[in-house]
Amino acid sequence: MKWDEFFVTGEPMIYGAMASIVLASLAIVVGLTYFKKWGYLWREWLTTVDHKKIGIMYIIAALLMLFRGGMDGLLMRAQLAIPENGLLDAQHYNEIFTTHGLIMILFMAMPFVIGLMNVVIPLQIGARDVAFPRLNAVSFWLFFAGAMLLNISFVIGGSPDAGWTAYFPLASIELSPTVGNNYYSIALQIAGIGTLLTSVNFLVTILKMRAPGMKLMRMPMFTWSVLITNVIILFAFPVLTVSLALMMFDRMFGAQFFTMANGGMDMLWANLFWVWGHPEVYIVILPAFGIYSEIISTFSRKNLYGYKSMVYSMVIISLLSFLVWAHHFYTMGHGVTVNGFFSISTMAIAVPTGVKIFNWLFTLRKGKIEFTTPMLYSLAFIPIFTIGGVTGVMLAMASADYQYHNTMFLVAHFHYVLIPGTVFAVLAGFYYWFPKLFGFRLNDKQGKRAFWLIAVSFNVTFLPLFFLGLKGMTRRTFTYSAETGFGPLNMLASIGAVGLALGFVYLVYNIYWSFRYAPRDTTGDPWDARTLEWSTPSPVPEYNFALIPKVDGLDPFWNSKKTGQPLTEGEYEEIHMPNNSGQPFILGMIFMAFGFCMVFSWWVPSIVFGIGIVIMLAVRSFERDHGRHISVKEIKETEQRLRGEQS
Amino acid sequence: MLLVVFSALLVLLTGCNSLAVLNPKGPAAKTQSEVIIFSMIVMAIILLVVYVLYIFIITKYRASKAAPDYEPPHEEGNWLLEMVWIVIPIIIVTVLSVVTVRSTSAVENVAAGYENEKPLVIYAASSDWKWHFSYPEEGIETVNYVNIPTHRPIEFRLYSYGAISSLWIPQLGGQKYAMSDMVNTLHLLAEQPGSYVGKNANFSGKGFSQMEFEALAMSPTEYAEWVKEVKDTASDLTEEEFNSLLEMNFAGRKTYKSTHLEFNPPPEGENAGHDHGGSSDSDSSTEMDHSEMDMDHSNMDHSEENATNGN
Repeated sequence: MKWDEFFVTGEPMIYGAMASIVLASLAIVVGLTYFKKWGYLWREWLTTVDHKKIGIMYIIAALLMLFRGGMDGLLMRAQLAIPENGLLDAQHYNEIFTTHGLIMILFMAMPFVIGLMNVVIPLQIGARDVAFPRLNAVSFWLFFAGAMLLNISFVIGGSPDAGWTAYFPLASIELSPTVGNNYYSIALQIAGIGTLLTSVNFLVTILKMRAPGMKLMRMPMFTWSVLITNVIILFAFPVLTVSLALMMFDRMFGAQFFTMANGGMDMLWANLFWVWGHPEVYIVILPAFGIYSEIISTFSRKNLYGYKSMVYSMVIISLLSFLVWAHHFYTMGHGVTVNGFFSISTMAIAVPTGVKIFNWLFTLRKGKIEFTTPMLYSLAFIPIFTIGGVTGVMLAMASADYQYHNTMFLVAHFHYVLIPGTVFAVLAGFYYWFPKLFGFRLNDKQGKRAFWLIAVSFNVTFLPLFFLGLKGMTRRTFTYSAETGFGPLNMLASIGAVGLALGFVYLVYNIYWSFRYAPRDTTGDPWDARTLEWSTPSPVPEYNFALIPKVDGLDPFWNSKKTGQPLTEGEYEEIHMPNNSGQPFILGMIFMAFGFCMVFSWWVPSIVFGIGIVIMLAVRSFERDHGRHISVKEIKETEQRLRGEQS
Repeated sequence: MLLVVFSALLVLLTGCNSLAVLNPKGPAAKTQSEVIIFSMIVMAIILLVVYVLYIFIITKYRASKAAPDYEPPHEEGNWLLEMVWIVIPIIIVTVLSVVTVRSTSAVENVAAGYENEKPLVIYAASSDWKWHFSYPEEGIETVNYVNIPTHRPIEFRLYSYGAISSLWIPQLGGQKYAMSDMVNTLHLLAEQPGSYVGKNANFSGKGFSQMEFEALAMSPTEYAEWVKEVKDTASDLTEEEFNSLLEMNFAGRKTYKSTHLEFNPPPEGENAGHDHGGSSDSDSSTEMDHSEMDMDHSNMDHSEENATNGN
């Protein structure tokens, strides 16, 4: 590593980014000092173990990453808008599509889903926090450390440039000698550990901490989806952990697992990557199915149609998700039998997915449909995602896939799956649960305008890509000649991308405006919803439920409203809550420093920070912290204040 | 609305020659194009059912149309209905599975009707960022273009001197990976003479976008003439020359009257991947200077055209 290679140089855009990073950091530091908010930041956020605040931090991070990944996407679309465009060179373009994929999947979709999971799950099952609140904070700060490491790569050392799939031997030290793919192996590893801890945490939370009477088959559908998702994480993420470790050994310690020489096997990487990578798709999509189930049921004023088949179909999807990985590389040459098997297992997923689509449609049928912003996203999901689904079946057919593989057709397909399947869902969930967290709704009129802009622009951006694929345009190509005839459709897609960007900017304005002017909701149940989280006051007090509710069926809060039977009984008692702790944050920062030194192979500081990590684990192991109690008086006051009752 | 757009485009594209994948010039591509169009029709029917149901439901059951005191019913589900939307998709998937396995088998083998013909073997090797085509039968080698006779099965044997690449000639048939540690076989056949775009479809680094080549299908007599001409006019491909080709980033079109297969054998048989220690090219690629992106139009180019990328 030469010092003149430390900062990425020679690109005006990168200098601009550097300047803006420095300026933004300065502004934050000055602002915090001027408004004397350092203490507030430390006490209320950096040291918090409250699942709601951790969820909010995940969502803020995800929104920031959405804009980072979105900028990457816009740059790609700008570069491809016209033939032989000179805006970006090949190297820059390669880095951008690599980070676009990594950030959107791992640092946008994942944290957004996990953020909503954090906010909603304990509330939905009638619990006061997750099973391991401290561990939850560790998960967040590890995710944060990984995300920051990957983001810093484009100004320091260079971004990964071998695609988000990082296929070997392209990602090996021979063919990709910059530190970019070191960032890949280290940053993803750190964030991945956080995700794995989240999975354990939520599995235990959902299995052990449900309110009395909430049997498994009485859980809300979002809770079910999260339970199944976390089972997938528990089985899939260790594969990523191992693959990234092998990658690190190959790149930094001269191992030859995936190299071209000495018996290394590039096909092994592709297999390991997708054994994790395909279940990963379902990790971000199943919770979305859960979110849609909640929202569609709420705004149809009906219970979810086919509850049991919804649950079983998710279980089947989760099992099948581990049996389809080779469809990502039918073209690797594994013959008719293997490709036949994976074609059939892949198409089989269409059956349980179809069951869900029809169950949602029949939930809507005979309902009393209200078109709120979260409902609009959920309703748009059905027709758009169905296009993503049927094109997925087309891609599953191996013989035809030889023609779609690596083309824009594939790119169009997975954006048609992931944007309505995940992005629309987290936005819908964001609008839906926002009042629970902040005590007011986001402005509905503005929300709808943003929705229409986003939904229409999405189709303008990605529908043309199907045709570009059939015309023979490959993905990841940084330019094309005018004779190919790819120009007009690319221009159309780029125009759509601008619309999409405007939609998201307007969405941010929607949030800003609502923070300033939206009227306060004092009911705690602004949507007239069905599940337990809406029985709490908004914003939710730190202990969630002053009294733990009793559950005797599906949609307990709805039933309680209809029958007049109260959900809770008895008198307030002292509530035992965990203490805040700075340790998770400090641990995350040490991990970040450790990772940064590892990326540059600075061994001595790496070892020092490595020891730091061990010390932090030891400190926690010997710590005695029995938490604290909230007095009955304080509970009474809080409940009265939040429910707007003037005593 | 979406449906109308989608089906209109579907009609448009099925008759449209500008979609290379649906404008086949050989049996493999033809099979694939038929499978694609068949699946599109099936999918369009599924979309139609879902969309009709969807539009009907969200127009009929909106709150603004309902009576103020309307209470939606409590519905657990319906066993019979749910069986309908489980069984019908299973039937569809079964049909598609049969089509898939049959057509995959068809395109993975020599095209039907040509089984008795001796295939023309062409080794296609990628290096960053070129294609090397070796004709062992004729003893000639080309770079960045490939000439083939029509109506004769071509057996491409694919491998790579660098990153994984994927040889794709959309109008002749689907793609397959070329990798450094094994040889893959791709069966193609051209039924009409013509110049077809070929390319690397799998991202392989900085020069990936320039890895296009021309696949020129010509009548067997023209092909024989071309081979003879190459034999008469081109020079030998020496080991030294080949190594320098591997090292340069871009090479333009080149033609030789001998192949690299003798001194630099492909990774098949005893030379296959996982037991041959330190291959000769691994050192050179480490030292490869990735900043040298300039094209090298070497004067050893023996073909008439200097074009790099075909069309």
